[in-house]
Amino acid sequence: MPKTIPENSIGLVTPKTCQFDHPLQLECGQTLSEYELIYETYGTLNADASNAILICHALSGDHHAAGYHSMQDRKPGWWETCIGPGKPIDSNQFFIVCPNNLGGCKGSTGPISINPQTGKYYGPDFPIVTVQDWVHAQERLAQQLGINKWLAVIGGSLGGMQALQWSISYPDKLEYAIIIASAPKLSAQNIAFNEVARQAIISDPNFHQGHYLENNTRPTHGLILARMLGHITYLSDDAMGAKFGRELRNDTLYYNYDVEFQVESYLRYQGRSFADHFDANTYLLMTKVLDYFDPAHAFNDDLALALKAVQAKFLVLSFTSDWRFSPKRSTEIVNALIANRKQVSYAEITAHQGHDAFLIPIPDYLSIFHAYMQNVGAHL
Amino acid sequence: MSKAYLRTDLALISTWIPENAHILDLGCGKGDLLKYLHTKANITGYGLEINIQNISKGIDSGVNIIHQNLNHGLQNFPDNSFDYVVMTQTLQAIKKPAYLLSEMLRVGKQSIITFPNFAHWSHRLYLSVIGKMPVSRSLPNPWYDTPNIHLCTIKDFELLCKEENIQILQRAIVNTEHRSTMGNQIFPNFFGEIALYRLQQKNT
Repeated sequence: MPKTIPENSIGLVTPKTCQFDHPLQLECGQTLSEYELIYETYGTLNADASNAILICHALSGDHHAAGYHSMQDRKPGWWETCIGPGKPIDSNQFFIVCPNNLGGCKGSTGPISINPQTGKYYGPDFPIVTVQDWVHAQERLAQQLGINKWLAVIGGSLGGMQALQWSISYPDKLEYAIIIASAPKLSAQNIAFNEVARQAIISDPNFHQGHYLENNTRPTHGLILARMLGHITYLSDDAMGAKFGRELRNDTLYYNYDVEFQVESYLRYQGRSFADHFDANTYLLMTKVLDYFDPAHAFNDDLALALKAVQAKFLVLSFTSDWRFSPKRSTEIVNALIANRKQVSYAEITAHQGHDAFLIPIPDYLSIFHAYMQNVGAHL
Repeated sequence: MSKAYLRTDLALISTWIPENAHILDLGCGKGDLLKYLHTKANITGYGLEINIQNISKGIDSGVNIIHQNLNHGLQNFPDNSFDYVVMTQTLQAIKKPAYLLSEMLRVGKQSIITFPNFAHWSHRLYLSVIGKMPVSRSLPNPWYDTPNIHLCTIKDFELLCKEENIQILQRAIVNTEHRSTMGNQIFPNFFGEIALYRLQQKNT
């Protein structure tokens, strides 16, 4: 709990909800007849609505990107590092919008919502959405908010994929795209990790083919395992080594299968606290969104061709120790943009924190991000 | 940025590049040349740079900078994808200069390159009289702590061009103030401190 809110924080924020009753045609062929998106905004929209920035969240993120919901909150929003007064995404200058994506479990329509057609939880019947579907839903939210064109669309990891998709789907509706610790599509290894996570959830006896809520239960054990696995891939070997090494919880070995090493204790804790506030069907869905993302596929698997019509200016950032979405994956995006003579800058930040580095205040990262955003806001 | 603030070798190079050209600047530092050329002549392109502080400053000044190690070559760039590939005062710090030169000429229709001339009289005098590795205005570092691992002379460079079938389209030999003097025109390999070249690959 913050006794006082830090000066460079947004402060207390209240989420808002936007209802949509115009059906949304999804890539999978199904239609969502009605849905709602929960979102937060920081800063003030200027008179000509030219200072709006869309923040896209990653797999386990949500609309609460910055600030605090109450003085009882233990932690601020997930990107407090980068969003706030005087921070790279400066709330004094920009109007910042962050929605929870469709299929989420934090307030936007998703598996834990009631299906208006049946009066029951959507559960596993919530249609599988894609990055493209998300982008279309976000575009409708923009219209509702009176934003015709985003000054920038920004995201890390799966959020970066949304920024990339925005530049392809709505080339004239964003000025800048900032893609951090991301990739133009998943590798076989990435998909393999997702599949293990899914199997952990699906094989939990409490999963009930996804209808666990009707059975008044939850596949908590499976979700914990999925998160533990995910967490390993978000950290680097070095970061784990530095944090835990081979440190023991109780200075002695017991020769059994209880928690002995600190890293085991940490992973179990992370898994448990995540499973307490996240929905298993949403987790399954999010991993599929990741797996399916491949904007080049419709263009003969040629990413340069897929990016031919983009108009946005790009900043692409990666982190040296990120092995989930390695710097090499970011350079695929950069090279496809260069091949089209698009405006792009790229930096590989030296960081030992792995994929999670994009959430961490690393000086070189913040300084480059800040410098770029100064230019983004230069003409406001 | 006015021309007065631009490093003088960059100012000289800028007169060699026509308007609206698409350029790649290797080891672009803080992107001064790109920034100047964009403002002055609507030139587009990218700078490649390895130093993160320079990248940050370049981004701050609004140029397109790509973080890349030149020792890894330019494989991510297709043939003839730039009008000019420029590299100033960096050739001597490259692990495989001949390879990078061939990469520059593959990626660019033409290349512009500058380097310090190791055969300048002051270096010759330093080595022959003092008997130590030369330290000078154009080469300020001691031998054990220098990025300059592949120093060459004007003669050496032109010999390499001949061997590699590289055509010299234009040459300027200047001193560290980047002025052309009578001495460095008549005896360039003796009086020239900095050599500038515009090159292209001859058809084979």
